Amino acid sequence: MDPALIRELKTLLGPANVLSQKEDLLLYEFDGSVEKARPEVVTFPHTTEDVSRIVKLAAKHQVPVVGRGAGTGLSGGALARGGGVMIVFARMNRILDVDLENRRAVVQPGVVNLDITRAVEHAGLYFAPDPSSQKACTIGGNVAENSGGPHTLAYGLTTNHIAALELVLPDGEIVRIGSRHGDAPGYDLCGLFVGSEGTLALVTEITVKLSRKAEAVKTMLAIFDAVGDASRTVAEMTARGITPAACEMLDGWTLRVVEDYIHAGFPRDSAAVLLIEVEGLREAVQSQAAAIAEICNSNHAREVRTARDERERELLWKGRRNAFGALGRLAPSNYVLDGVIPRSKLPEALEQIHETGKKFGFEIGNMFHAGDGNLHPIVLYDQRDTEQFKRAIAAAEEIIRMCIALGGSLTGEHGVGMEKNELMPLLFSDADFDLMRRIHDAFNPDSSLNPGKIFPLSKGCGEIRVRKSGQSAGPRP
Amino acid sequence: MNTSADLSARLEKLVGRDRVRASEPALREFAIAERAPGAVLKPHSAEEVSEIVSFAVAEKLAVVACGSRSKLELGMPPQRYDLALDMTDLRQIAHYDPGDLTVSVDAGMRLNELAKALAAKNQYLPLAVPCSGTSTVGGAIASGIDSTLRQQYGTARDFLIGAEFVDGTSKQCKSGGRVVKNVTGYDLHKLLIGSLGTLGVITRLNFRTFPLPDLESAHLASFPTMEAALNFHASLLKSGLPFSNLELFDSEFSAQLAGLLNKAGGGVAAPLATGKWHVFASFEGSAAVMERIQRELRERSTEAQVASGETFDVESSRQMSGALQEAFDWLRSAAPSVALLRIVLPQIALGDLTELVATSQQSRLRSAFALRACNVAYLALFADTADTQTNAALERAVSELISCAEAKKASATLLHAPLWLKDRVDVWRTKRPDLPLMQRVKQAFDPHNIFAPGRFVGGI
Repeated sequence: MDPALIRELKTLLGPANVLSQKEDLLLYEFDGSVEKARPEVVTFPHTTEDVSRIVKLAAKHQVPVVGRGAGTGLSGGALARGGGVMIVFARMNRILDVDLENRRAVVQPGVVNLDITRAVEHAGLYFAPDPSSQKACTIGGNVAENSGGPHTLAYGLTTNHIAALELVLPDGEIVRIGSRHGDAPGYDLCGLFVGSEGTLALVTEITVKLSRKAEAVKTMLAIFDAVGDASRTVAEMTARGITPAACEMLDGWTLRVVEDYIHAGFPRDSAAVLLIEVEGLREAVQSQAAAIAEICNSNHAREVRTARDERERELLWKGRRNAFGALGRLAPSNYVLDGVIPRSKLPEALEQIHETGKKFGFEIGNMFHAGDGNLHPIVLYDQRDTEQFKRAIAAAEEIIRMCIALGGSLTGEHGVGMEKNELMPLLFSDADFDLMRRIHDAFNPDSSLNPGKIFPLSKGCGEIRVRKSGQSAGPRP
Repeated sequence: MNTSADLSARLEKLVGRDRVRASEPALREFAIAERAPGAVLKPHSAEEVSEIVSFAVAEKLAVVACGSRSKLELGMPPQRYDLALDMTDLRQIAHYDPGDLTVSVDAGMRLNELAKALAAKNQYLPLAVPCSGTSTVGGAIASGIDSTLRQQYGTARDFLIGAEFVDGTSKQCKSGGRVVKNVTGYDLHKLLIGSLGTLGVITRLNFRTFPLPDLESAHLASFPTMEAALNFHASLLKSGLPFSNLELFDSEFSAQLAGLLNKAGGGVAAPLATGKWHVFASFEGSAAVMERIQRELRERSTEAQVASGETFDVESSRQMSGALQEAFDWLRSAAPSVALLRIVLPQIALGDLTELVATSQQSRLRSAFALRACNVAYLALFADTADTQTNAALERAVSELISCAEAKKASATLLHAPLWLKDRVDVWRTKRPDLPLMQRVKQAFDPHNIFAPGRFVGGI
């Protein structure tokens, strides 16, 4: 990288807001995925204007730019695949405005997801998207990836909770899209930019919609002696039109690991549990919970427990949310997949995942959003063992192909990033890529923003390449 | 320049004689703002749509995709209009997985036919849009017109999970999929909602479906003043009760609604005769939920000093909801000249709404007002004669309403207006800072500008 650029960045932002020493940069070459790529310089803007100026400088020096929140992403979305300048939004972390009456909050991208809820919960409101990493992940990253979470089942992904955005385009132009109260005339640009994985623009301000907390909530734990019974329960609930607020499944192997670590009260001798939450009017919660218990029982649930108070409820959710940490105790690395399948295919999919695990010699855990068919098979491996890593990737690919063969999709909430971009042709045709590429080029014509993401780099599928990089795509560990 | 006979002959060669209509009456049926196309084509597959678009690109012909043609007037009239695509032969359900609550349906299928198929499995699509007797699924999405069930189910963007369409390079593209949770690739299908056919020809749409409710009911409360009605409306909004529709309207609106309901018979309209302002609340759910909502409505009615209140049984509430769903259609035809404004308010404030209503009343034209879910208000102005003076009053009233709305940071668009008025007032009424971004989107989808050129925001 041209030292002049680093000098100019330091002049612009102050030396405290620019990192360029190798040992400092190491921290930014990872996210929550299995990928790795190092930026050449890391910057910490404080304002939208800072972001615009950084982008302009980078353009002048023809180096790519990638935005990053907390780095908890699971698809390599916030990795500097083309090297260049990383813009970390950690210091743009202010809640700018809260309008309780109209249920809106205006926030900077570096605000932590859960902090939005904390700022408004006194008024009975909350921000609905709840990724497992919500204590750490930032809203800017959520917007880029269109993140989900357990409660997506009832309330939708991040895109359903965004009213307006302020963007910085790759040429440094600052633009506002959407409207605070919703329903802006014209194309649904927020719908396009949310989930575009930082490949079209950088998001510098977000107007979120706040939701009203339900008056009643019931959290149930259904315990099964066979995985098939648990998955058939989910399929039957869906078929009967019962949509809980959340419906999570942990298989026996996973729940034992979690229980040993967190002591959430998951029975160690069971084959699977469903963590089901219903919320809404007291009367609706009552009848939904009764109907769900009936379906669980008719599918041979050993027991259906209901959390008696907020403490018990919190404990059950703690078990679910911290499960990845628990798995970290078993192996140096884990590869979390994110395929989606039609919910009626759940029993079949779980069997096939088990088979894939056997074939490749892994114990593959399953802990996922069962209610909307969003699987998270977890492959545990040791990254230092190259052969094992290759097998893990091969197993993952087989599972993703299976999801697609069942009528599903590559990713339900983690994004494509640089992890699944080569698998995109499994779903999209050349015509689809052509149009997506034209959209990409309409905003990011030089691929200067987050290059090497979403689109396959292999020949013949789209033509977006890693451009002008001082560093090629980071090697997998 | 093609003669129309020459054009028809070449189109017949392309898609077959039975798929092309070029007779005067046929072309008139597809006219938009008195402009008829050069030919009407009726493709029977997405491949055929692609062939036609390819031809249109080569010949530089402007294409407008049509469903039942009930809402073709939305937006500005297209600047060029050569080919009308009658999409109603693409009318199959491609996939329906009741167990997954998802359906994939051809764009030309009628909404009511789809509803029938879903109802057979005790499910439905909460897209309660006007012209429901004829409206196609593709038209409902492309028009982006409001659904009266929005309060509970949101807009189409909340349950449209994927789409297939032919883009402006004649390629068959898709976005999204058939699963309820999916972030793979750009969400291009969201751009199609409300795009008025300016981005591509929608050939198939995938939706999440919902179980039909156990029970339905509705309540109508009458008030002597707007303030009292608005307070009641606000108390219901704040209650957190799951209303499927919550609508407030004035006496002209209720008089027209009553007229419509009286034609159908059954005495449903009787409660509309009392009071000047009304609040309609519909709701659904289990018996216990219905009982709870009805109880709270009674309590809140007492507090709000309701002039009178009436709770409807299933049949009557469906009749009333059905009539409200059609409001766009009956408002636009309630006088020889009608201007129908859709105003999205940043907040519901008595002062703002009073001013808007007062502005419309100052015109001395008849006017009707309704406030719907999510701060969306409808204001209709009726010109009963077409003389110069009345027309001038109509134009003045529309301009004043728009200025009044804009002063309140509301956005106002003209859903319906006589052609002469559209020529004088931009129906979109918006100078959006993101217009250049929208133009980039349009250019990416439709590089040759063949889809309904000029119909959309900012001349897109």
